[in-house]
Amino acid sequence: MDDLRQKYLEAIAGAGSEAALEEIRVAAVGKKGEVALQMRELGKMTPEERQVMGPKLNALKDEINSALAAKKEALGDAALDERLKTEWLDVTLPARPRPAGTIHPVSQVTEEVTTIFADMGFSVAEGPQIETDWHNFDALNIPPHHPARQEFDTFYMHRAEGDNRPPHVLRTHTSPVQIRAMLAQGAPIRVIAPGRVYRSDYDQTHTPMFHQIEGLAIDRDISMANLKWVLEEFCRAFFEVDEVELRFRASHFPFTEPSAEVDLRCSWEDGRLKVGEGDDWMEILGSGMVHPKVLEASGVDPTEWQGFAFGIGIDRLAMLKYGIPDLRAFFDSDLRWLRHYGFSALDMPTMRGGLSR
Amino acid sequence: MKFTLSWLKDHLDTTASVDEIAETLTDLGLEVEGIENPLATLKGFTLGKVKHAEQHPDADRLRVCIVETDEGDKQIVCGAPNAREGITVVIAKPGDYVPGIDLTLSVGKIRGVESHGMMASERELELSDEHTGIIELPSGEVGESFADWMAKNRPEKVDPVIEIAITPNRPDALGVRGIARDLAARGLGTLKPMKTAKVEGKFPCPITVTIDDDTREHGCEVFMGRLIRGVKNGPSPAWLQQRLRAIGLRPISALVDVTNFFTYDMNRPLHVFDADKVRGNLRVHRTTGGETLIGLDEKEYSFPAGSVVISDAEEIESIAGIMGGLRTGCTEETENVFLEAAVWDTIQIAKTGRATKINSDARYRNERGIDPAFNAPAIELATQMIIEFCGGEPSDVVTAGEVPDVSRAYKLDTDRVQSLVGMDIPAEEQRRTLEALGFRLEGDMAHVPSWRPDVMGEADLVEEVARIASLTKLVGKPMSRAHVGVPKAVLTPIQKRENIARRTMAALGYNEAVTYSFIDKDSAELFGGGADATMLENPISSEMSHMRPDLLPGLLQAAARNQARGFMDLALFEVGPAFDGGEPEESHLQVAGLLVGGSAPRDPWGSRRPVDVYDAKADAEAVLSAIGAPAKQMILRGTSAWWHPGRSGQISLGPKNILATFGEVHPKVLDRMGVKGPAVAFTLWPERVPFPKSSGATRPALAASDLQPVERDFAFVVDAGVEALTLVNAAQGADKTLIANVSVFDEFHGPKAEAQMGAGKKSLAITVRLQPRDKTLTDAEIEAVGQKIIEKVAKATGGALRG
Repeated sequence: MDDLRQKYLEAIAGAGSEAALEEIRVAAVGKKGEVALQMRELGKMTPEERQVMGPKLNALKDEINSALAAKKEALGDAALDERLKTEWLDVTLPARPRPAGTIHPVSQVTEEVTTIFADMGFSVAEGPQIETDWHNFDALNIPPHHPARQEFDTFYMHRAEGDNRPPHVLRTHTSPVQIRAMLAQGAPIRVIAPGRVYRSDYDQTHTPMFHQIEGLAIDRDISMANLKWVLEEFCRAFFEVDEVELRFRASHFPFTEPSAEVDLRCSWEDGRLKVGEGDDWMEILGSGMVHPKVLEASGVDPTEWQGFAFGIGIDRLAMLKYGIPDLRAFFDSDLRWLRHYGFSALDMPTMRGGLSR
Repeated sequence: MKFTLSWLKDHLDTTASVDEIAETLTDLGLEVEGIENPLATLKGFTLGKVKHAEQHPDADRLRVCIVETDEGDKQIVCGAPNAREGITVVIAKPGDYVPGIDLTLSVGKIRGVESHGMMASERELELSDEHTGIIELPSGEVGESFADWMAKNRPEKVDPVIEIAITPNRPDALGVRGIARDLAARGLGTLKPMKTAKVEGKFPCPITVTIDDDTREHGCEVFMGRLIRGVKNGPSPAWLQQRLRAIGLRPISALVDVTNFFTYDMNRPLHVFDADKVRGNLRVHRTTGGETLIGLDEKEYSFPAGSVVISDAEEIESIAGIMGGLRTGCTEETENVFLEAAVWDTIQIAKTGRATKINSDARYRNERGIDPAFNAPAIELATQMIIEFCGGEPSDVVTAGEVPDVSRAYKLDTDRVQSLVGMDIPAEEQRRTLEALGFRLEGDMAHVPSWRPDVMGEADLVEEVARIASLTKLVGKPMSRAHVGVPKAVLTPIQKRENIARRTMAALGYNEAVTYSFIDKDSAELFGGGADATMLENPISSEMSHMRPDLLPGLLQAAARNQARGFMDLALFEVGPAFDGGEPEESHLQVAGLLVGGSAPRDPWGSRRPVDVYDAKADAEAVLSAIGAPAKQMILRGTSAWWHPGRSGQISLGPKNILATFGEVHPKVLDRMGVKGPAVAFTLWPERVPFPKSSGATRPALAASDLQPVERDFAFVVDAGVEALTLVNAAQGADKTLIANVSVFDEFHGPKAEAQMGAGKKSLAITVRLQPRDKTLTDAEIEAVGQKIIEKVAKATGGALRG
C-alpha cells in the first residue's frame, strides 16, 4: 500500500496539466482505479483484517484526493498567472470622462445666507420681479416725484396706449417683498427674501441686474440693538470667523427710521479680505427700523408692532468672501469663470458642516 | 455738496481738525466722499533763509545759495531769478516728496555743484500756477513749518475742501449752515448766530409780480422780488471767488456769484435778472405746452403743458426754480437788477426738471425743499450783499402769494429711543439735542424747524436723537428666537425643489449660468416672446429690451460667446424666472439645460459623440425624478417652433400638464443665435410637477419577491413611424401583475432594415422581465405571457414578431 501511495503522490506531483491529472485520478481513485479495486478486496477479508485495512484504504483515498485538489489549484494558479501576464494595459491612459458641473456663486451664497437666517428663525419669502409702482415705491414711503425715486435708476415696463395705471417697474430692490410678506402674513414675522433686482446702471462696478437679500423682523419689542446683534451674528457665521465688529452709521432710507449704513471692520492684504481685524471699514449693507408708514401700508399697526429691515447685495457678499474681482463677469457665463468660481453639486452649506469647504 | 473749512467756520466756532470734522460728518449721516487738504501735502516743508547767493561757476542762470535751515546751513543750487540773499524761502529737503513735480528729492549735483534740496515755487507745492520764481515770504522764522505759516497767514490758500453725499431727506445740509448745525448739535463747536439784515426800500418796485390762480396750488407758494437800480456789476471780491472756485464753481460776476453764495451757504437758491431786459411785469404761470426758452446755458428747452415758468409781458423769461433765461440774464453791463426769492412746490420742480432734463443746483435744492421761512430774510441779506459789492439803490419788496405755514409739532417720547433703538440717552440730553437742531420744545411737544421738511412724525424725533448721539455707540443685543427649541425647516416645497433641481443639474455635469432677465427683441421673438407687454420702456440697450420668455435664448447667447472664445463643447443650465407678460403675476420658474457639441472630450475609448436628443431627454428625466415627478409619464409631440419638429418631445402627465420639453434646437434658431451645433436642450417647469398629497416620511413596505425573475426578448417588425413607447406600453399591458419591466434594447431601421423587412418597416426589440409572485413559472406559463405580448403589440402597432 505504501508503494501505491508513493506511486500516485509522485505522479500527481509530476503532472503537467489538468488532463494528466485527470488521468491519474481515474487510475487511482476512479471507479475502476487501483484504490477502488483494493477496496473491493475488503469483502473477502476477515473482520479483523478489514478493521485494519479499511481505514488505511480510506486514508489513502483521502490523501490522494487532497493531493489531486492541491495540484489542480496550483496548476490553475500557474495558468492564470501566465494569462494575466499577457493582459497588461497602459494604466496611464486617461480614464473615461465623468462630467462635473458647477453651482453659480450667486446660488451658493444665497443658500449660505438662507441657511444662517433659517437657523435664526427666518423663513424665505418671495415676490415678483416685475413689480407694481405701489409695492416698489409708494408702500415703502417713496411717493411719486420724490427725489429718492430718481436715485434708484428704475427700469419701467412699457404701458399700452390707454392703460393709465402707473407703469410697472422691474423691482429696484427686494424691499417690496417686505410689503407682500406682511400683507400676506401680518405680524409677528421674520423673513428673508433673496432675488434678482434691477437698476439702469452699467459700468465697472454696476450691472443692470444684480441680487439682493432682504431681511425683515417685526415683533412687539424688536429694537435696533437686536438688528445689530443679528447682523453681527450673520457676518460672523457668513465670513466664518470668530469675531466681527460692525459699525452703524446714520443714513437715510425712506422705508426705515432710524436708518443706518453698516460697516464691517476688515483689512485687505494682497486683494484678500480679512474680516474682524485691521483698520479699514467696509460698507456692507443698509438697514434700519421699519418706518411706521411702511407698516401701515402693509396692514400692520405701528403702535403695536415694530422691527427692523435690512438689504444686502448677494453678489457683493460673494465677491468679498470668495475674492471674485469683477461683478460684470457674474452674468457673462464664461465657462472658465463658471468652473473657476463655481461650486460642486455637493458643496451644500449647512450649519453642522459649515458653509464652505 | 462741497464746502471749505473756512466757510464752515463762518457758521461754526470750532477748533476741531479736518479729520475730526470729517469723521463726525460721516457718523452723523452726512457721508464724506472726499477731502482735499492742501495742508496735508505741505506738511514737512519748513522755512529757511538765504544767507548767501552767488553765481554758479558753470551756468549763467543758476545760483549757488547757502540757506539757513532747521538742520543747519545747506548748499542749494537754484535757477529762480529771485533767489537772493536775505529772503525767507520754503525748503524741500532730500527725502521730501514735491507734489508739483511728482518727485522725491535726493542730494544731487547740478553742473558739478552739490545741491542739498530745493527752494520751492508755488506751483511746485501745488498752491497756484505761479512759477516765475521761488516763494518769498514776508515773515516767518527759520525752521518754522510752512503749513503752519500758511494756515496763519494765508488760510484761504490752504483751505481744506470737504465733499459730502447728502441723502434726499436732508435738504438743509445742502447749505453750509445746516452742516454746521449738525456738528454743533454733536458738540463739535458752537453754531454762530444767524446774520440778519433789513434794507429799507427807497422807492416802489416798478416791476410787479402776479401768480396765476391755477399756479398757486402745487406751483408757486410765494414769490418775492425787488429791483436794485444803479448797480455796477463786475468781478466779485477775491474771498468769494476763492470759495466758489474751491468748491468747483466758476465765478461769473458779482451779481451771479451772490446767488451762488446763498445757494451753498444757506441752501437758498436765488435768481437775478437784468431788469432792463424785462418787458412789463412778471407773471408766474403754467405753460400750455410747446413753448420754448433758451436757458442761461444757451440750450433751447421746450415745455410740456403744466410746467411752471415766469414770463414778462411778452414771453417766458425763466424756468421757475430751475434755470433763468439767457435773454434776461445779468451781464457786466447790467445796471438795474431784479432779485428773486421764491418758494416752489417740490413736486412741480421735480416734474419740470425731469421734463427738461436740467440738472441745476437750483433744481436740486428746490425739489428737495428749501426753508420757506427764510424767503424774506434771504431777500434782505442778498440785497445787502449786492449793495456791498455793486452799490445801487433798492426798491421795496414786492410779494405774490404767501409764505407757506409749515409749522408742526410731534410728541417727544423720551422712552421711545430706548424701545426703538435700544440706546439709553437721558431725557435732558434728548431735549438738548433737538433744541440744538433748531426744534422748539413746548412741554413734550417738539416743534419742527422750518428747514426740516423730512421730519414728519415721532419716529423722526427718535432718529434725530439717536443720530446725534451716534449710532456707533449702539451695542448689539441678542434677539430671542420666535420659538423655543430646534429651529424648524423654513423652505417651502417649491424652494426646496428649486435647490434640488439646481444641484441635480450640477451633478449631471452642467455649469450653472446666471444670465440677464432681459434679452433683445429678435431673440425673444424666436422663443415666443417679444410682445410689447414685456418690453422695457427705458432699456439700457437694445440687447436688453424685452423680458425673456424662456431661459434658452440667454443660454444660447452664452454658448455663442463661449464658442467665440474657443469652447465648443458646453453644458450650461440656469434656474430662474421667465416672463409671460408684463404683470407681476405673469412669470414662472424654469429650469433649462443646454448641451452643445460633443458628449465628451476625444479619448481612446471613443467616448466622444455628438450630443443628441436622448442626452437632453435623460437629463430632463433625471431632474424630474429628483424633484419627485411621478414615474409614469407620457411623451407628446407638437413642441414649439424653436425645437426641431421631428426631434423633440414633451414629457407630460396628460395633454394639459407638460412638465418638460426636450429636443434638438431648431437649426434655424441656432443659426440666428450664432451657435454651432449640434445643440440639444430641455426646458422644465418645476411648479407643474404635482406636490405629494401626504407629507409623511413613511415609505410603503418593500414587496420584493424571493423568486427568480425571468427575462425574454422579442423583436417586432413594425411600420417605421411606430413609436417605441406605444409598443412598450402594449407589451406592458399584456400582464400587469407578472410583467415587472419592459425595455427597448434595439432599434434596426434605415435602408438595410428595409431591405430585409420591406419598405417602410423597421425592427424594435424589447426585453420583458417577468417577476413571479407566488410560485416559479412553468414553461407553459411563460409561453402564454409571450403569446399575449405578441398579440397586444400586434393590436397596438400592427407589428409582427420578426421571423
